Amino acid sequence: MADINKKKIVLPLAPNEEFGSVKHLNTKKIKLPHGIPGHNLTEIEREVSADEPPALAVNDQLSVVGKRTKRIDAIYKVTGAAKYTSDIQLPGMLYGKFLRSPHPHAKIKSIDVSAAERHRGVHAVHILSVEPGGAVQRDNGHDAPAETYHVDKLPVLRYVGQPIAGVAAISDKVAREAVQLIKVEYETLPFVVDLDEAMKKGAPLVFEEKVEQQQTGGDVGGEAGAGQQGNLRGPSIGSFYGGPRGDVDQGFNESDIVVEGEFRTQVQTHCALETHGIVADWQTNMLTIYASTQSTKSVRNDLAELFDLPLSKVRVITEYMGGGFGAKFGAGHFGVMAVVLSKKSGHPVKLMLDRKEEQTTAGNRPNSQQMLKIGVKKDGTLQAIDLTSYGTAGIGLGAGVGRVAQDMYTCSNFRMAQYDVFTHAGPGAAFRAPGNVQGCFALEQLIDEIAEKLNLDPLAYRDKIDQSEIRKVERKKGAEKFGWKRKQPGSDSGVVKKGIGVAQGHWPRIIHVDSSATVRINKGGSVEIMSGVQDIGTGTKTILAQVVAEELGLKAEDITVKIGDTTYPDGPGSGGSVTAGSITPAARNAAYQAKMQLLGQVAGGWQVEIADLDMEKGEIFAKSDTSKRMSFVDATKKMRTNQIMATASRPDDYGGFEVGNAIGYDRLGSVQFAEVSVDTETGVIKVDRVVAAHSCGRPLNPLQIESQINGGVIMGVGYALYEDRIMDKETGYMVNANLDQYKLPYSKEIPHIENIIIEQYGAHSSTDASGIGEPANVATAAAIANAVYNAIGVRIYELPMTPDKVLAALQVI
Amino acid sequence: MNNKSSNEEKKAVSRRSFLKGAGVTTASTVAMSAGLLSFKAPETAPKRPPVLGPGDTEVRLEVNGQQESVWVEPRTTLAEALRDHLHLTGTKVVCDRGSCSACTVWLNDKPVCSCMTLAVDAEGSKVTTVEGLADGDTLHPVQEAFIEYDAAMCGYCTPGMVMSCAGLLKRNANPNLDDVKAATSGNLCRCGTYPKVFEATLAAAKKM
Repeated sequence: MADINKKKIVLPLAPNEEFGSVKHLNTKKIKLPHGIPGHNLTEIEREVSADEPPALAVNDQLSVVGKRTKRIDAIYKVTGAAKYTSDIQLPGMLYGKFLRSPHPHAKIKSIDVSAAERHRGVHAVHILSVEPGGAVQRDNGHDAPAETYHVDKLPVLRYVGQPIAGVAAISDKVAREAVQLIKVEYETLPFVVDLDEAMKKGAPLVFEEKVEQQQTGGDVGGEAGAGQQGNLRGPSIGSFYGGPRGDVDQGFNESDIVVEGEFRTQVQTHCALETHGIVADWQTNMLTIYASTQSTKSVRNDLAELFDLPLSKVRVITEYMGGGFGAKFGAGHFGVMAVVLSKKSGHPVKLMLDRKEEQTTAGNRPNSQQMLKIGVKKDGTLQAIDLTSYGTAGIGLGAGVGRVAQDMYTCSNFRMAQYDVFTHAGPGAAFRAPGNVQGCFALEQLIDEIAEKLNLDPLAYRDKIDQSEIRKVERKKGAEKFGWKRKQPGSDSGVVKKGIGVAQGHWPRIIHVDSSATVRINKGGSVEIMSGVQDIGTGTKTILAQVVAEELGLKAEDITVKIGDTTYPDGPGSGGSVTAGSITPAARNAAYQAKMQLLGQVAGGWQVEIADLDMEKGEIFAKSDTSKRMSFVDATKKMRTNQIMATASRPDDYGGFEVGNAIGYDRLGSVQFAEVSVDTETGVIKVDRVVAAHSCGRPLNPLQIESQINGGVIMGVGYALYEDRIMDKETGYMVNANLDQYKLPYSKEIPHIENIIIEQYGAHSSTDASGIGEPANVATAAAIANAVYNAIGVRIYELPMTPDKVLAALQVI
Repeated sequence: MNNKSSNEEKKAVSRRSFLKGAGVTTASTVAMSAGLLSFKAPETAPKRPPVLGPGDTEVRLEVNGQQESVWVEPRTTLAEALRDHLHLTGTKVVCDRGSCSACTVWLNDKPVCSCMTLAVDAEGSKVTTVEGLADGDTLHPVQEAFIEYDAAMCGYCTPGMVMSCAGLLKRNANPNLDDVKAATSGNLCRCGTYPKVFEATLAAAKKM
């Protein structure tokens, strides 16, 4: 066992050196559905591994997949039986609590924990020298990080709330008391929490040296080795879709119309209802962790590395988790602390953040200042796009916003410069479609401006410049449902003015090939699917049951789903809308292979070929002789072994990947329409109605997809109108670190939402499914902004669109 | 807190108002117990509430139809008593200050925020939590409808949401959409289940 305090943080400084595409011993050719039913559905032939199951038909020919299926764990949620990490109580369990920095920038001159250690009921105290989750300073001129876990080194404090020390005690209250007994002498230093102030020359520096940061789930902009000057890090000039294109200056010279704008978006906090937290149980033979996480394996990997344990000796369990939205990856500072305290005390330790800690230290969506300029020809053809952006993820990285501008529309001349700006504030984290939500707010407003200058309907203009086939269908179907009729901006008379707006969204189709599942058929007919993948409220358990049931001719409720445990094969992390597209092909393939084993035994018994057998409606039958028929349950009773089992992993996309081992061809496109009412006397905006048209490949469970889309829209309403982290420039404190002064949409702010889910087949995998979490959230704020412009005839360039900004735009104040 | 009746507001002492008044109360009780005022107190003085704490004190409650007794410090909230002492972890604590209603339980059949209610103030009361809403194996119609309409996503707000909606149907058997919105206006759901919660509650009302 290496000492935690001597362990270095390993940063991804070297390029990923994994193997590329995979070759197969035997292949076969299969024909798969391709395109959009009712629009351009056809078939495409792919050469795939011989182990792959046959092509799955389109949804209307299936019995379980694609059908509105009740969430299989809903009963445990509505009865209170579901156990979340925060509900875990173990024998002898202690409660962990942090001492956190009261200063935005300070050095610790001395720290005395002796009184805390002596406090009755306290079992362990630990001082944390480096906080995982933010950027880490590296040695000047070297790639290696300078800041490591040394017990004799005290942390530099860079934001209010930064963890300093932790205490484990017999109750939460005793732990709080003990924290107050820790005596710290601080040397306070100048600080800056404001984006604009931090960029000024001579601003207090957050980091003295160059920094690096490990990425978590779908972050952008924090590329390794980027330049750094003052509090500015960057520019990042590309994404996984490549770098600059063409000659932007020449593109503008050749443009007939040039539009530009400066757009600003706020810092948004995730506000998951269950806070970040872990229960750590350090035993000599195994470290067992209960974690509120979006990735069981990321927690396991972090802890194994930091505590120098083999992966096999760390078990992470996430049976239920109360929301993540991007911020819950890795062990986190609380996880490291809980493990240290458990190891020191010999007791299990529960460390859940309180609400204030959650809002200040556990991640946020970085803000942005975006200077976007677009040039077009008279006919509307995009000639040049130029984007410069600044944003702060506090002491962290990942404020890039440019991928939407880079990739949504075809434009041969493109460049961007994205900068991270360090401030003395809590680290940012991936947040539902990181970068794209911010970027979309700017891009889609400017596209609307161009349409207006060209005197074109915003939809008609997008029909002209958007190459995406799926968004074309979404625009058409969405417009029909919405009753879209072009309306002159600001044309309503009266105090309350109505407006309509539309915006488009874009999210890459990301696959994690490190996604595996085991399917087990037991004597007596029970069937299990097991994987380390977790269900973060998106419905992963249910779609896994559906996919396995479809393959075995059973019902979703016949399948027992055991997930969220690293004892099972690794699943994908649930971020970036990767889960459905990554784990369901593995699940189907495992079910198919288990099914072949069972059919092999049946075929032996019946003296027929395996290929002649199939499963349907709870029965196994021979296609050539319908008298040969047996129930699935009876067949399993005749199995030669008690169990039949198969494990499969996510193969590469059938047609290969567009980039690396993870970025697939196709995009997850969306189009959202909003109708708003703006009170021109009070400045209050109300979103009355949203029509959201989406695609996610093959829809597996429309009931759950609707819920996800609703959730994305509602989060977008909050982002557009209410949510804003307010930092006090004088003290460096977040002044609304709670759930009432940080304004969120509640029931009365919910618009009437209508969903359109469009089937889209890409022949990418054995299920051809994709996620919907991020796409649902990308376009909403931009659609609302365009609707507000349409209502009042004045554009608002800054989020959230609060009454003061509306009144200022109307020049009332 | 919006779904508390005014009667309930008077009865239940919120943690915030308790803490606000704590200075005065403590001073006078200390004075009383030290005997400083006792020689002046007339025999007809109104009966003062018993002095509790700082150690554990017994609180008796009827929880989900069962008589329960917990020994807790007086500062313990009803939510803590339910979760940490009675292991009824269905009730969730999210904001810990009465702004999200995740901790909603029924106190004498009225929805309250259990994070804002002291356990000692619930002494002798009837408490219904999400675990006690079903009638044996028969789910409450709101629970049934939440499953059918997919009104629970991550599920962390769900116990509070269910108790608010079932509470609404108890006092209004025929609610409209605005009634449901009003009944859940204190319930925060970050996953955004609201449209399905509205649908489910209206459907449950029709079935009841």
